[in-house]
Amino acid sequence: MRLIVPLRGVIQGRGGLFVGSLIPCCLFYFLQLYLKRRRPPPSDPTELPRTFSRTNLFSRGNSIGRVRVSSRAVPVAKPSDSPYYIGLERVKTDPYDRMTNTDGIIQLGLAESTLCFDLLQRWMSENLMESMMQSDDGEFDISSIAMYKPFEGLLELRVAFADFMSRIMGGNVSFDPSNMVITAGGTPAIEVLAFCLADHGNAFLIPTPYYPGFDRDIKFRTGVELIPVHCRSSDNFTVTVSALEQALNQARKRGSKVSGILFSNPSNPVGNILSRETLCDILRFAQEKNIHVISDEIFAGSVYGDKEFVSMAEIAGSGEFDKTRVHIIYGLSKDLSIPGFRAGVIYSFHEDVVNAAKKLMRFSSVPVLVQRILISLLSDVRFIEGYMAAHRQRIRDKHIRFVEGLKQLGIPCAESGGGLYCWVDMSSLLTSYSEKGELELFEKLLTVAKINATPGTACYCIEPGWFRCCFTALADEDIPVIMERIRQLAESFRS
Amino acid sequence: MGLPLMMERSSNNNNNNVVELSRVAVSDTHGEDSPYFAGWKAYDENPYDESHNPSGVIQMGLAENQVSFDLLETYLEKKNPEGSMWGSKGAPGFRENALFQDYHGLKTFRQAMASFMEQIRGGKARFDPDRIVLTAGATAANELLTFILADPNDALLVPTPYYPGFDRDLRWRTGVKIVPIHCDSSNHFQITPEALESAYQTARDANIRVRGVLITNPSNPLGATVQKKVLEDLLDFCVRKNIHLVSDEIYSGSVFHASEFTSVAEIVENIDDVSVKERVHIVYSLSKDLGLPGFRVGTIYSYNDNVVRTARRMSSFTLVSSQTQHMLASMLSDEEFTEKYIRINRERLRRRYETIVEGLKKAGIECLKGNAGLFCWMNLGFLLEKKTKDGELQLWDVILKELKLNISPGSSCHCSEVGWFRVCFANMSENTLEIALKRIHEFMDRRRRF
Repeated sequence: MRLIVPLRGVIQGRGGLFVGSLIPCCLFYFLQLYLKRRRPPPSDPTELPRTFSRTNLFSRGNSIGRVRVSSRAVPVAKPSDSPYYIGLERVKTDPYDRMTNTDGIIQLGLAESTLCFDLLQRWMSENLMESMMQSDDGEFDISSIAMYKPFEGLLELRVAFADFMSRIMGGNVSFDPSNMVITAGGTPAIEVLAFCLADHGNAFLIPTPYYPGFDRDIKFRTGVELIPVHCRSSDNFTVTVSALEQALNQARKRGSKVSGILFSNPSNPVGNILSRETLCDILRFAQEKNIHVISDEIFAGSVYGDKEFVSMAEIAGSGEFDKTRVHIIYGLSKDLSIPGFRAGVIYSFHEDVVNAAKKLMRFSSVPVLVQRILISLLSDVRFIEGYMAAHRQRIRDKHIRFVEGLKQLGIPCAESGGGLYCWVDMSSLLTSYSEKGELELFEKLLTVAKINATPGTACYCIEPGWFRCCFTALADEDIPVIMERIRQLAESFRS
Repeated sequence: MGLPLMMERSSNNNNNNVVELSRVAVSDTHGEDSPYFAGWKAYDENPYDESHNPSGVIQMGLAENQVSFDLLETYLEKKNPEGSMWGSKGAPGFRENALFQDYHGLKTFRQAMASFMEQIRGGKARFDPDRIVLTAGATAANELLTFILADPNDALLVPTPYYPGFDRDLRWRTGVKIVPIHCDSSNHFQITPEALESAYQTARDANIRVRGVLITNPSNPLGATVQKKVLEDLLDFCVRKNIHLVSDEIYSGSVFHASEFTSVAEIVENIDDVSVKERVHIVYSLSKDLGLPGFRVGTIYSYNDNVVRTARRMSSFTLVSSQTQHMLASMLSDEEFTEKYIRINRERLRRRYETIVEGLKKAGIECLKGNAGLFCWMNLGFLLEKKTKDGELQLWDVILKELKLNISPGSSCHCSEVGWFRVCFANMSENTLEIALKRIHEFMDRRRRF
């Protein structure tokens, strides 16, 4: 029956089938049908008399068919073959702990920061209860957090987010709370935008290397494709208009409809800050081709280099371009280290997108009690300014240490100015300069050096040997441990 | 001839150069233009308030449970909210809380949910915490299950009348269709085997593949439990057609007498055959029974390993905040508290139900005999000038504009009989309920005089 699958594609009008295989498929289909008709149909459930099937309900070894899930569900449950997920899973089996498990696997594969937990913890212990339960008379009133509230987020929260985002993005851009929708994290934010901007079968252009999670976020349910736009180390992995143009033309030749460009800034996994010029180029290109631009700015507050961060919102608001095609994603998982709270933002200049996203928030909204905590947190300007300054400083310090440690081993990193990671060139350790060689190195790093770093292949990087190493959950003492393990691994290669 | 065509295709430049949105974005499947939601707008613009706006619109279209807040408040205050915030570890627990985004969900919280669900069913069914998948509300759970069980253009069979939100939740992003199983008052709107077959055949005739049946038990909007025999027939039907059975049991804790509720879990409890069990899935949430819709806590409970795995991964789009999980885990595993809460909540809902049904009866209005939920199913068919959907909507409009009561017309629930309305009674104080009944009495008096 598997051979009938190509025919099914034709019946559902998806096409793309070469005529040469159509005829044999038809023949085979009719052969199967003929054979099936000749077979007695014990498994045809509609013919089972009711009482018989009821007896069957309670007895073993009956001929009831196994019920199936949808075809879109099938790939979701499969074990992932991406090194990104494999590495994360492996760490769970033997996680490093500097006291209790010094031989464990050190996690460098998760972009999370714990550098400023002390500050957050203090704020929480001083303010949490008040912020969550306060009502007008100061008494504990559960109805204020228990009842239904608009799914797109309380106005006060959107106002607080607008202010916060403006602050951390340089202060030259202002955000209108009515263009904003609060989501249960960055993951639903990107999916909802994909649902609103592209139909099933359409595509987004996405510069590589890119965050592996986008594959799931976008492909799981929306049916939207991701078309890689390859970037090179010679440009420090910055996307160029010519690469976009080439990718778009190839897509069109294949019959793919491109609905937009998706990119992250600061970029993940490289850590680039896109220049004002590059942002303008991207928007100009999108305007010319009449497509959308989605800028994932979830690391905007984690900028530690000298380069200034500019939000796509600033470019959109400049008046030079049609801003209704610009959409921003933000969230608190990275800059504020609270991924568990689940709080993200869709910011769009397109009224219909905002309206559709608001209605879709019923599937991914933030609990009211969490919203109240966040209102309090984000509006505490003094705390936020102190926190963000410390956050940037501590990332910078850690980055310097980490990159220096690698430099001592003769391992360079790409230039970066933001994010919680660095993009490391381990090509000198490859046995062969290829994807195979890179995956072998990934495996050795994981099993011998016991370090989980995300290989470039998982991020669709076109040049082998690059690895993303997240360093913001490390203590200073962990860094020499890591470097020593890498050094020993490199030694073992030479012998 | 070829050149202009090529230019059009490659540059995509039209006169106004307006960027396109997706079909999902422009579709009206969200249904927010229907009367069900129009009434809400009227309420938002002129909401009743006992002191500040006594002539405002009373919201009787929202199934929210506010009758047992005091029990929750007392519990949370007494048990030291600080402790329950972080879990038993106190402030150091903040670290795990802040970072935790595992789609498996907190084990203690899943155990607490399983225990709570067992208590509601009086221990007649067991729930394995590892089969619980957490979602941000039942709305997300229903949509997620639909994505997993059906492909675009497939159908789910849903008995009418049904919760208007299903049109949106089950169809909007999923592309799945709903084919109604028509039920009527001749047998109290229970599902019959004939109605099931007829719905299935309707789908087949239209070349639509049926993937499952989705019921709500207790039913929204009927406010009545589904009989055990009907559940057995349903499972039988699903086995014969080799399709899924989804039972949305979000009102299971709001059944007035515990003995009157049979969960599909009880039916499945005694079945060993995996090929039968693995087609059954239950949706639950804390929004109705516990009156905590603002917390966004829902679950999918599935007897199918593949569905559990798939749902877990897809739940990344709709995770329950770690904060919420920590806060509720200890409360829901406190069996002394939950036993007391469930018992008192049932009792209060029953009393409210009796109040409204009696009050309506005195005004000459009959309701379907109900035994659960936060609403009653009221029959105003005798008041209709025209026994049509338009006639029903006209009456609904009169009730909204003259009586300033927002109730839900049966047509928005796809009821095949006109004249029925869903009236919610648990989202207001007893005083407000009395005022609403008073308005109805006065309206009926006025009508009798003419």
